Amino acid sequence: MSGNVADSAISPTSPTQTIPADLSGQMLELDEDDDLEVFSKDTTNTDGGSFNASMQTSPGSMINQYKFDEEDEEQEPGAKDIFITVDDPESHVTTIETFITYRVLTKTTRGEFDSSEYEVRRRYQDFLWLRGRLEEAHPTLIVHPLPEKFVMKGMVERFNDDFIETRRRALHRFLDRVADHPILSCNEDFRVFLSAQAWELTSHKKQGPGFLTRMGETVRAVAASVRGVKNRPEEFNSIQEYVEAFSQKMTSLDRITQRITKEEKEYLEELKEYAPTYTLWSGSEEELAEPLKGMANSLDRCYQETEEQGRQLSDCLAPALHEYVLCSETLKAVLRRRDNIQAELEAKNEALATKRADRDAEPRERGVVWQSLLGKNPEEARQLKQQRLAGEIDELKEEIDKMEDRVEWANNALKGDWGRWQRSMRSDLKEAFLSTAQKNVDYYEKCLAVWESFLLSMRAEVSEVDQRAGDS
Amino acid sequence: MADAEREDAAETDTPNASDTQEKNTNITIQRISFNAQFWKQMAEDGSTLLKRMEITVAEAEKRTGKKAVNMQETYTVYLLETRPSAAVNEGQSVAPDALWRRYSEFELLRNYLLVTYPFIVVPPLPEKRAEFVWHKLSADNMDPDFVERRRVGLENFLLRVASHPVMSSDGIFYHFLTQERGWKEVVYETGFQAKAESRLRALNATFRVKNPDKRFMEMKHYSDELQSITSQLLRARARVADRLYGVYKVHGNYGRVFSEWSAIEKEMGDGLQSAGHHMDAYAASIDDILEEEEHYADQIKEYLFFSEALRAVCRKHELSQYELETESLDLASKKQQRDELATGTMRTFSFKGMTTKLFGQETADQREARLKLLEEQIVEGEETVREKTTECEEHVCSGWVDIQRFKEQKDRDLREAFINYAFMQMSMCRKGIQMWTNAKECFSKM
Repeated sequence: MSGNVADSAISPTSPTQTIPADLSGQMLELDEDDDLEVFSKDTTNTDGGSFNASMQTSPGSMINQYKFDEEDEEQEPGAKDIFITVDDPESHVTTIETFITYRVLTKTTRGEFDSSEYEVRRRYQDFLWLRGRLEEAHPTLIVHPLPEKFVMKGMVERFNDDFIETRRRALHRFLDRVADHPILSCNEDFRVFLSAQAWELTSHKKQGPGFLTRMGETVRAVAASVRGVKNRPEEFNSIQEYVEAFSQKMTSLDRITQRITKEEKEYLEELKEYAPTYTLWSGSEEELAEPLKGMANSLDRCYQETEEQGRQLSDCLAPALHEYVLCSETLKAVLRRRDNIQAELEAKNEALATKRADRDAEPRERGVVWQSLLGKNPEEARQLKQQRLAGEIDELKEEIDKMEDRVEWANNALKGDWGRWQRSMRSDLKEAFLSTAQKNVDYYEKCLAVWESFLLSMRAEVSEVDQRAGDS
Repeated sequence: MADAEREDAAETDTPNASDTQEKNTNITIQRISFNAQFWKQMAEDGSTLLKRMEITVAEAEKRTGKKAVNMQETYTVYLLETRPSAAVNEGQSVAPDALWRRYSEFELLRNYLLVTYPFIVVPPLPEKRAEFVWHKLSADNMDPDFVERRRVGLENFLLRVASHPVMSSDGIFYHFLTQERGWKEVVYETGFQAKAESRLRALNATFRVKNPDKRFMEMKHYSDELQSITSQLLRARARVADRLYGVYKVHGNYGRVFSEWSAIEKEMGDGLQSAGHHMDAYAASIDDILEEEEHYADQIKEYLFFSEALRAVCRKHELSQYELETESLDLASKKQQRDELATGTMRTFSFKGMTTKLFGQETADQREARLKLLEEQIVEGEETVREKTTECEEHVCSGWVDIQRFKEQKDRDLREAFINYAFMQMSMCRKGIQMWTNAKECFSKM
C-alpha cells in the first residue's frame, strides 16, 4: 500500500543519551558538567571517588547479603519504610549560573536516620553524584538510571515546564527505586543525600579516597578492560545476549512512540483546519445550518479528546520506554564491570602461574651469568631468587583469594539484582502498556459518545421539522 | 416473444417526444422489453422513468482500441443494465437489457441535457480525474478503486436524471439507456452542439444586467459560496485522512517489534506476541476506514459540481434578462427615431440624420422609405421583445421551480451524508475500542 509512511524505514538516530561508561565513575571528570542548567563550567569537582568504605568489610560477610531468596526478593508491601517525594521545582539565579532545585521530602522509620522526616533541596548535579557513588560502591548492582541531560533532538526548551515535569518524575522514580532496593537503600551516601542540608552535602561530597588512590584503581580497571575476560560463565553470556537484544527493542519502541506522537501532532494540525469549514458552510445554509454546526462541534470535541490521548502517550508511555533504553545502557555497564572484576582475577591467576613456572623451572644459564657478573655465588643467587619468588607467590595467593571472593560476591550481586530487575521491568512496562491501551479505549469511547449525541440531535431535528410541517 | 415485441415497437414512435426535431427523424428503437403502454402509463400517472425502470451501472471493463493512426488507447467501459420494475416486483426473473457506454458518452449526454434544459440544475458526472487525492489514492484513472467509485457516480447520475420530473421523459436519454449503437449520431442530429457552443460563450461572457431577478442573483451568490466552501472542505478532509493514515500505520511497527521482543522473553512472551498481532490489525484497519470515507467525500463532491450547474441556471437567467433588456432598449430607440422622423425633429442620433445634415436634405421619398423601414423594424422588434419576455418569464418560472426542487434535494442528501459520516466515525471508534481492549487483555497477560 503506498503511503508516506515506510514501515521499516524509521531513520536511525544517533543515541542521545550520555550515560557515563563504567570507568567514568572512577576517572577524574574535568569535562563539562552534566547539569543542564549551568551556563558556565562548574569548577568544583563533585564526582564521587572510588569504592567507599563498605568495601573494607569482610567479603565473606557480604556474600550472604547478595544471596537473594526469590520470595524475600521484594519487600513485603507493609515493609516499606522510606517514603520519598520529589516536587516543587524552583529556579535559582546566581551571578555565574541559573539552575533548578527540587524539594526532596523523606519520611522514614529507619534507625540509621536521626529523624523521621527530612526536607531538603537538591539539584540534578546532586542526583548525578549520588548515582555515581552508588555505582562505585556496588559495581555489579543495577542502579536505576537518571533522566538525561539536555535532549537536542526534541528541541526541548531548557526551562520548558513539560521538560521540568518529566525530569521531576524521573528523579522521583530514581529515588523510589533506590529506596526499594534492600542493599542500596542502606547506603550511607543515600542517607546523606536525603537528610543533609546543602552545606553538609557539599562537605560530604569532598570526602572520599584521594586522587592517587582513584588513579590507581582506574589504571587497574583500564588494564582489566583492555585485557578482556576469558572465561565468562554461561549465565552471564545469556544475560549479555538478552541485554543486547532488549536494548535494541527498547530503542525501537522509544523511536516508534516518538514517531506516533509526531504524527498525531500533525493530524491535530490538519483537524484544526478541517472543523471550521463546516462552521463556515453553516453560514450559507438555512435548513442545513444546524447539522453543519453539529458536525463542526463534534469534530472540535474529537480534537480535544485526541489532544488528551496524545498527552497520555508522551507523559506516560514515552518516558517509561525511554527509561528502559537508559536501563539497557546501565545493564551493559554492569556486565562490563563484572567482566572487568573477573578479568582482574584471571590476570592475577596468570601471573601466579607464570611465577610458579618460573620457580619450578631449571636454572637458566643467563640468570646465573648475570648473578656471577654481579659477584654472587650462583647457588646463592638461585636460592635468593627462589625465596623472592616464594614470597611473591604467597602474596599473589592471598590477593587471589580475596579476588575470588570479590568475584563471587560480584556475580551473586548481579545475579540477585538481575532477577529483581527483570521483575520490576516486567511490572513497569506492563503497567505502561496497560494504561496506554486503557487510555486509547477511553479515547475511542469518548469519541463514540460525541457522534452518538450528534446523531441524536439530528433525529431530534427531524421530528422537529416534521412537527413544524404538521403544524403549518 | 421478443420478436413480437419488437414488431410492436417498430410501429410506435419515439416516446413522449418533447423535442420536435426527434419527431422528424426516423429512429427505430430497439425496444426489447418495453412497449408503448409503458410510456402511456407514465404520462398518465406523472411518474418518472425511475419508477418504471431499474437502472444500474453494473460493471466496468477495460478496453483497448485505436484512437488514431498508430495510437492505441486504453479506456474503461461501463455496463448499463435496465429492467422493467414491474416485472421485478412481480417476482419474474427478467434478465436485464444491457449495453456498454464509456465516460465520454455520458459527457455527451450531459452536454445535450444542459443545452436542452437550461432552466434545470442538471446533475453532475463523477469527476474525470481524481482530485483531492491524499497519499493513498493514486491519481491514476485506471486505479480500480477510482473506477469503482466512478461506476457508482455514473449510476447515481443516471438515477438522478431518471427521477427528474422533466428530464426523465427525454427521448435522447431513453435512447442512451436502451440503444447502444447509433446513439451518438442521433444526439448530433438534434443540432445541440451549435447551441452548446453559444451557451458556453454566454456563460463566460461579462455583461451588466439592469434588473435581474433578485432571487436568482442570491442563488448565484450562494452557488459561488457553495463551490468555494465544499472545495475547501474536501481539501482539508483529504489532508486529515492522510495524517490519520500515518498515525495508524506507524502502530504497525509496534507489532513488528513486540513480536521480535517476545522472542527473548519468557513470561512476557505470549502476551507481547498476541498484543503485536492486534497492533498489526489496528494498523491495517485504517485502509477500510478511509475507503469508506471516500464515499462521503464523493457525496460532498457531487454538490461541489452541482454548484456549477446551479450557477449555470442563474447565468442563463441573467443572459435572458440581458437580451430582453437589450432588445427593449433597441426597440425604444427605434421608436424614438420613427417619432422624430415623423415629426421632423431630430433628437436621436442616426447616421441618416447626420448625412442629411452634411449632404443636404433628403427627398420626401427617401424619408418615406426610411419611415417604412423603421416601422417594419419596430414591428419585428416588438415581436422579438414579446418572445424574449416570454422566454425570460418562462425561464424564471420553471428555473425557480427546479431550483426549489434542487434545494430540497440538496438539504435531504447532505443531511443523509452527515448522518452517514457520523455512522462511519462511530464504526471507526468501535473498531478502535475493540482493538485496544484486545491489546489490553494481552498486556495484562504479560
